[in-house]
Amino acid sequence: MSQTKTAHEAQAHHEEPGFIRTYVFSTDHKMIGRQFLALGLTMMILGGALAFMIRWELAWPEGKMPQNPSAMTRIVASVFADADGNLPVPLTKWIPEPYMYGGIMGPEFYNALVTMHATIMVFFVVMPILVGCFGNFLIPLMIGTRDMAFPLLNMVSFWVAAVAGVIMLGGFFVEGGHAAAGWTSYAPLSAQAHFSGVDWGQNLWIISLIVLGISSLMGSINYITTVINMRAPGMTYFRMPLTIWSLFIVAILLLLALPVLTSALGMLLFDRTMGTSFFLPDRGGQPLLWQHLFWFFGHPEVYILILPAMGIASDVLATFSRKPIFGYKAMAYSMIAIAFLSWIVWGHHMFQSGMNPALGTTFMISTMVIAVPSAIKTFNWLGTLWGGNIRFASPMLYALAFVSMFVIGGLSGIYMASTPVDIFIHDTYFIVAHIHYVVFGGSIFGVFAAISYWFPKIFGRMMNETLNKIHFWITLVFFNWVFFPMHIIGVGGHMRRIYNPMQYEFLAPIQWWNEFITVGIICLALGQIFFVINFFWSLVAGKVAERNPWHANTLEWVAPSPPPHGNFDAIPTVHHGPYEYSLPDMQEDWLPQDRPLGRKAAMGHA
Amino acid sequence: MLRWLPEDVSTYGVHIDQMFHAIYIVTAITFVLVEVALIVFLIRYRHRPGRRAVYTHGNTALEIAWTIAPAVILVILGVVSNQWWNYIKASVPPTDFHVRVTAKQFNWEVLYPGPDGKFDTADDVKLDNDLTVPVHKVVRVTLKSRDVIHSFFLPNLRLKQDAVPGRDIDVWFEATKTGKYEMPCAELCGFGHSGMKGWLFVQSADEYQRWAVEKRVALADDAAPMLARAGGGVPGR
Repeated sequence: MSQTKTAHEAQAHHEEPGFIRTYVFSTDHKMIGRQFLALGLTMMILGGALAFMIRWELAWPEGKMPQNPSAMTRIVASVFADADGNLPVPLTKWIPEPYMYGGIMGPEFYNALVTMHATIMVFFVVMPILVGCFGNFLIPLMIGTRDMAFPLLNMVSFWVAAVAGVIMLGGFFVEGGHAAAGWTSYAPLSAQAHFSGVDWGQNLWIISLIVLGISSLMGSINYITTVINMRAPGMTYFRMPLTIWSLFIVAILLLLALPVLTSALGMLLFDRTMGTSFFLPDRGGQPLLWQHLFWFFGHPEVYILILPAMGIASDVLATFSRKPIFGYKAMAYSMIAIAFLSWIVWGHHMFQSGMNPALGTTFMISTMVIAVPSAIKTFNWLGTLWGGNIRFASPMLYALAFVSMFVIGGLSGIYMASTPVDIFIHDTYFIVAHIHYVVFGGSIFGVFAAISYWFPKIFGRMMNETLNKIHFWITLVFFNWVFFPMHIIGVGGHMRRIYNPMQYEFLAPIQWWNEFITVGIICLALGQIFFVINFFWSLVAGKVAERNPWHANTLEWVAPSPPPHGNFDAIPTVHHGPYEYSLPDMQEDWLPQDRPLGRKAAMGHA
Repeated sequence: MLRWLPEDVSTYGVHIDQMFHAIYIVTAITFVLVEVALIVFLIRYRHRPGRRAVYTHGNTALEIAWTIAPAVILVILGVVSNQWWNYIKASVPPTDFHVRVTAKQFNWEVLYPGPDGKFDTADDVKLDNDLTVPVHKVVRVTLKSRDVIHSFFLPNLRLKQDAVPGRDIDVWFEATKTGKYEMPCAELCGFGHSGMKGWLFVQSADEYQRWAVEKRVALADDAAPMLARAGGGVPGR
């Protein structure tokens, strides 16, 4: 460790690199983190736009005005209806045929939207921001080192991800349109071009994710090596902040899960282009093999999306409650338990797939068990708030939203874990509601908590609290407006991924909800403007941040804001855990990790 | 919330709905307790001048309690769920009524044995998207697919099962009420997925008999010889 340290200290005293080495091909973990943030936020706008188009189609299928329009529809029509009284998707007239016809989409394009919304949000928004940006930015700072173990590998990891993004976007421009077999790309639909009508779109989707897998692999190796080898003196594993625990565990999951996806994608590509038949039954293949491989990756992937948000929320809750996190070790062990169990629950995505029903029993039990560590975490978050001295700064609001929305997402998971109930709700909007409470209510609120909390450290300026609070309330209200009713239409039997719900008589009584949800998403989208304005305005004109604006304990706040190349003036020595808030017999209610405990408080604190 | 469920007209739907209800009660109580505690804590322990937070790192007894309590509840839910899962999906009760439903982009092909009561003979009767069955009769459906994965969904009978190319998957249901019920595909199967649907017609015994004669379909009771593979026992009965 001492050798690495010397190497980095030497590096810190190099002269400042030029523009390209600073902003483009930077090997500084902080700049790479910012680059991942830019990638993720840009892609979030695209992913959101796709969601908006999906919702519009569901509320007013094929742009047709309903015969007896509801009050909501009449209000929307007064703004958006065209000369013929139709309701084409706003701002989409420029999308050419055969994808859209003057703002009215065809079913092939709808399937591509559904596929790409999920693909982009999962692989190019949540992963780049939570794992790519905050993993990169926070790991060296929070464990007290000058950079990642392999800075060059780190840079390559970002640029490989950027290439994957370009390949993925390229799919929108090829003949036949983008991949349209769902983000799960179930074979055989995805395995033969003639089944879906999509040729190179699906191929590019596969290639992009293989390339992205390589990027994630490089990142995860870097994270794991850094956490194991480069912690500051005194930073034992059980003195690491829970954010670092979560990112460390996620890196291990990525290292083990991504190769499974990559091999499955390779097999799928061979089936499509080289005449193999891994997944094609007429030549001896097995369609269910794809599902097993995909979900063996896919379920750990869900935890890859949520674990960092859990870690971030834990840190934010402790800081703004001015209290040690309740049950630190229980929090760390429950994340480890989730990581182990995440490998043996994948079959719960396949209860109705034709898999042997006896396996349904096995996977139901393992799925019920994985709910326990999530429950433990929730109770410990409540325990952290209990007896606190709670300050409602915007990062805290987002973290509280994370906790309360994650509770809904966790509880709704129990319905589909129960095999008989899953018979009915599988492939309905109940599942869509559940995943959005976890990934939007959970991960995306975690993203907002993280950005508002670490913005001063990342960019050296404070975000505007008022704008953040407006954004918070609009997002919280309309998030629930949009996604809670999806439980209801799911209970009504509304299938996922259907282009036109009005083709079904049994869905007629709940079509009203589709309009309701779409009105909500218009407001939800408008609310995001406050965040965008705040982000850019604060970037240039925000109040200059001090080193430790939140009076937090973890090491990143010891470094200047933003930290220079090499991060710390001198490598800090860690004396205690990260959550020593409100110690008795102290004037201040925080105690940074690099400051020793007072003699009295040190009693009973090894 | 549960009033939004489509009408249940099957024998086993009530068990699914009751399970749904039980989980609804458990999750609703948990939800209210957690969110109320959250809000109470936020109000009670909000920052006030001069306040200082309690300095505690946790409580082992509490940790053990809130690990065991959800574990026990979840295991109970799992055990009860499993009973009905096995009843519905593990085997088909003995029956002499057997149809084949073959999914293809974007139709359900329904195949009945002809008057000889056997499949794969010249007198088999093929109908597109219409499945007609008698009420109060266990119907065994063998699901197949010609191309991609589809999912056979009968919302009113609480039945869903994927149809996978290269496999024959047996499912069953018993309708308790005559009528016409929608039969959509629930798994994305291509550009025509939306709108891929058929109808299930549940008829009284007499009506069905007349229909079967008219369509030259095997009468239910005549189909007995092809009953080679009737399923095992019925738990919970």
